[in-house]
Amino acid sequence: MASEKPILYSYFRSSCSWRVRIALALKGISYDLVPVNLVKDGGQQFSAEFKALNPMKQVPTLKIDGITLSQSLAIIHYLEETRPNPRLLPQDPKKRAQVRMIADHIASGIQPLQNLGILKQIGERKTEWAQNCIASGFQALEQILQHTAGCYCVGDEVSMADLCLVPQVANAERFKVDMGPYPTITRINKALLELEAFKVSHPCRQPDTPAELRA
Amino acid sequence: MKQVPTLKIDGITLSQSLAIIHYLEETRPNPRLLPQDPKKRAQVRMIADHIASGIQPLQNLGILKQIGERKTEWAQNCIASGFQALEQILQHTAGCYCVGDEVSMADLCLVPQVANAERFKVDMGPYPTITRINKALLELEAFKVSHPCRQPDTPAELRA
Repeated sequence: MASEKPILYSYFRSSCSWRVRIALALKGISYDLVPVNLVKDGGQQFSAEFKALNPMKQVPTLKIDGITLSQSLAIIHYLEETRPNPRLLPQDPKKRAQVRMIADHIASGIQPLQNLGILKQIGERKTEWAQNCIASGFQALEQILQHTAGCYCVGDEVSMADLCLVPQVANAERFKVDMGPYPTITRINKALLELEAFKVSHPCRQPDTPAELRA
Repeated sequence: MKQVPTLKIDGITLSQSLAIIHYLEETRPNPRLLPQDPKKRAQVRMIADHIASGIQPLQNLGILKQIGERKTEWAQNCIASGFQALEQILQHTAGCYCVGDEVSMADLCLVPQVANAERFKVDMGPYPTITRINKALLELEAFKVSHPCRQPDTPAELRA
């Protein structure tokens, strides 16, 4: 039986979806993308159809190898374990731990605090809220990167940490966070955006990118 | 990051609970906290991440301070919303525990989050699978000995 192509449910501007798009691009995995608009129609992620696919009502969701997965880092770990080349985790367990620490700091400690659902509940002061969350998280991250970074977040190989960094910096820019205090984050982000996988997966180049934001 | 937990081990300092737990798993692999099958591993991580990224950060101390007066309602909503999704996921994955019949990283995330739910007086009625699994896990020695009511810093009035 021929394997079906993976299907990724994604929103162009979802930073979590972008992480998975980068991983798929880096590993050369071709897939079909089904856009889910988080804003239109009250949020297409709340449709009965999407909820049946993913009870968490979130993107990214990946259908692959007969299973349906959500949570970007769970998806990326699965890709890493089943399509191990090129690697997204170092071989050394201590460096792996540093990669995961940085990825989790972004994926648990920053992004969820400024995602769409939360900002809707915060209301009027949402921009200030988002800026504070990101600035606070980046302040800690900048210090951690002093110890771990080479060309990229951990040493000189692209890792899961880098997949989390770039989309979070894009969020920071969208909320007009002053990036002046974070030179290491800025440098690494710039270097990563030179790489093809980060370009091809960019929000400005997705099937669902609105015309006015398209590259 | 100015947060707990932080673990100093093997000459390094780690934070982020799941990064720490993965490091322990990779360097002290027995007994295992992740299944061998990659698909089941993915389910374990999905559940663990749902709790560790999708629920807990939204109701942690730092956030609730900023929310102010309506913090209890806020916490209840975050947890109820997250548990509603989790209850459905567990329909597909659970055996005795979150994924099949072996304790995994998902279970390590579940029990503390249920304790948070109880602290914020979340009605657990709609989540029978979460409740059942939580109860089974609390029978295990590792979950008892690590319980908040038995720590060196547990206040006297909360001590078991």
